[in-house]
Amino acid sequence: MIRRLWKFNGGVHLPAHKEESTHHPARRAPLPKRLILPLHQHIGESAEAIVKVGDRVLKGQMIAHAKGFVSAPVHAPSSGVVVEIGDFPVPHPSGLSAPCIVIETDGADLWAPLQSHGDFTQLDPSALRNIIREAGIVGLGGAGFPSFIKLNPGPGKVVNTLILNGVECEPYITCDDMLMRERAPDIIAGLRIIRHALRARECVVALEDNKPDAYAAMCAAAVGTDIQVVQVPTIYPAGGEKQLVKVLTGMEVPSNGLPIHIGVVCQNVGTAAAVYRAVEYGEPLISRYMTITGGNISQPRNLEVLIGTPVKNLLDECGWNPGTLERLLMGGPMMGFALPGDSVPVIKTTNCILAMTAADSQPQRPVMPCIRCGACADACPVNLLPQQLYWHAHAKDLDKVQEYNLFDCIECGCCSYVCPSNIPLVHYYRYAKTEIWAREREKQKAEAARLRYEFRLQRIEREKAERAAKHTQKMEELTAAPADPSDTKKAAIVAAMERAQAKREEMKGGE
Amino acid sequence: MLAAIVALGALAAAFGLILGYAAIRFKVEGDPLAEKINAILPQTQCGQCGYPGCRPYAEAIAKGEADINQCPPGGEAGVVKLADLLGRDPKPLTAEHGQVKPKMVAVIDESICIGCTLCIQACPVDAILGAAKQMHTIIAKECTGCELCVAPCPVNCIEMVPLQPSIAQWTWIFPDEQSAKGAHG
Repeated sequence: MIRRLWKFNGGVHLPAHKEESTHHPARRAPLPKRLILPLHQHIGESAEAIVKVGDRVLKGQMIAHAKGFVSAPVHAPSSGVVVEIGDFPVPHPSGLSAPCIVIETDGADLWAPLQSHGDFTQLDPSALRNIIREAGIVGLGGAGFPSFIKLNPGPGKVVNTLILNGVECEPYITCDDMLMRERAPDIIAGLRIIRHALRARECVVALEDNKPDAYAAMCAAAVGTDIQVVQVPTIYPAGGEKQLVKVLTGMEVPSNGLPIHIGVVCQNVGTAAAVYRAVEYGEPLISRYMTITGGNISQPRNLEVLIGTPVKNLLDECGWNPGTLERLLMGGPMMGFALPGDSVPVIKTTNCILAMTAADSQPQRPVMPCIRCGACADACPVNLLPQQLYWHAHAKDLDKVQEYNLFDCIECGCCSYVCPSNIPLVHYYRYAKTEIWAREREKQKAEAARLRYEFRLQRIEREKAERAAKHTQKMEELTAAPADPSDTKKAAIVAAMERAQAKREEMKGGE
Repeated sequence: MLAAIVALGALAAAFGLILGYAAIRFKVEGDPLAEKINAILPQTQCGQCGYPGCRPYAEAIAKGEADINQCPPGGEAGVVKLADLLGRDPKPLTAEHGQVKPKMVAVIDESICIGCTLCIQACPVDAILGAAKQMHTIIAKECTGCELCVAPCPVNCIEMVPLQPSIAQWTWIFPDEQSAKGAHG
């Protein structure tokens, strides 16, 4: 059956650079001496450590549990000893440090006891969601949103289409491609579990038409099911969630909305494979496929990497040349970010390590003024007006920039790529977004301080009034009832005197 | 002639009654302008402006007693916002009310603290926890960095430290076009 496909606005055709890393099958990266596990590897609240320094941990054992609803636990990727819990540099564009658990591996790679959850068709959706939550599975496509939340469409919502996203449109990255070639049955099994949890009407696996091997593998794995495997035209960013929904269904996800609002749920192929392993074998998410590539790497390839492995180990494994390293990126050349160094660990959302030489990273060209050519608007896959956004972000007019729907920008980089004036447009949007969030936080903090200040004034006022009331009460007692206590005292004295008198007489009588 | 005077007089009386009733019925409590100004102020309650808190300063601005450039924690951005609200020209912050500093938070050296409660009484937002002859500590999340607790401490055990940058608070810097690199290599 041929499925009708639609087109989204804009997009760009990019040199793929995917050949390099698909020559060899993926293999396991060697076990590193130290694993550095950031507590924050997903969208939402950080996980909370439940181990102490000195604890022995087994492979797959939970070492940090989810804190709050939108959160995900972290598991030990190998057996060993927790040697440090503290701040270490983490993969983040800021280059800052964040809380991590460091495990020194013992080489035994000993699994904690795992429990299979058996036949998933016998489990109800909420039990499945719990298994997926406890396994620490987050969206492996890049955003890292805890997967169990996406598997809960909410009361009254019907999922018409479940899309499994294997598009992988960004240059250089091939980890989903290799996963589909090598683990297609796992992915399809995971998809069936997700479908069961969502009660989705139809299932579509989408991948770009530049991955014939993966397409063949997925088609073979999907034989005998009603799962459709669809090739979509290769254009960046066809793998963006909202873009893919448009291509496959013709529907647009509303601004500020989610695909579920139009009855669609998207999951990444890697997520599906992880879901399968969690349900079938009880394995938590402790490793994933990653592409190590770029002009600086002598044997670019895909590796199955334990979460927490330092980037340097992976570079060593694939052969790199520190002398000619120009840029070290996590992610692809369009949406990735520069790493502060090679000591940072890889995390659940890391799909690619890109080591570029001066030759393959674009030469830096001087930034020139915007000439209002409109090329950026033609390229924008979200139908925004990038030049207006740029204009207002440049002027730091943060209200205006939101009027132009800044927060619908997916930061795909198409506008910067086509800009003839080499303006770093996406950088402006990122600046504006984080600045708006910072101001929002400051506003909330000021509001909290104002409330506390006003409450304090009220309290002081109340205490003053209470003191005054107490004072007047005491004064009243002193003036109104001075006779009472003296009376009782006198009476007591009189009574005591009488008793003494009686006793004396008694004694006299006795004589 | 008489009819016209009577008619106009009746109208005036009727509208006067309506307006008088509306003034009572729809009376706005407090000073709405001071409220708006207060919403712009940073609520550090530090008193650097010369008033005992942000609200008193807001009220003073609303009455025209204070100028808009006396709040260093609000910074130039705060002055610009106040100028926008009040339809005035922004002006630089006055030197006499202190300088713009990075965001700070107070820290008590708990080994030196004698538990005198003086800082607790000074804190405008109740961000210090402790009791007489018991160790005191700052609730860092609530501290506005106003420095009002520093001076009263008889043993100088309170220090102001700059806020540590964290990933949750981090923002992208404004692009420097001379050395800017796009998202793509």
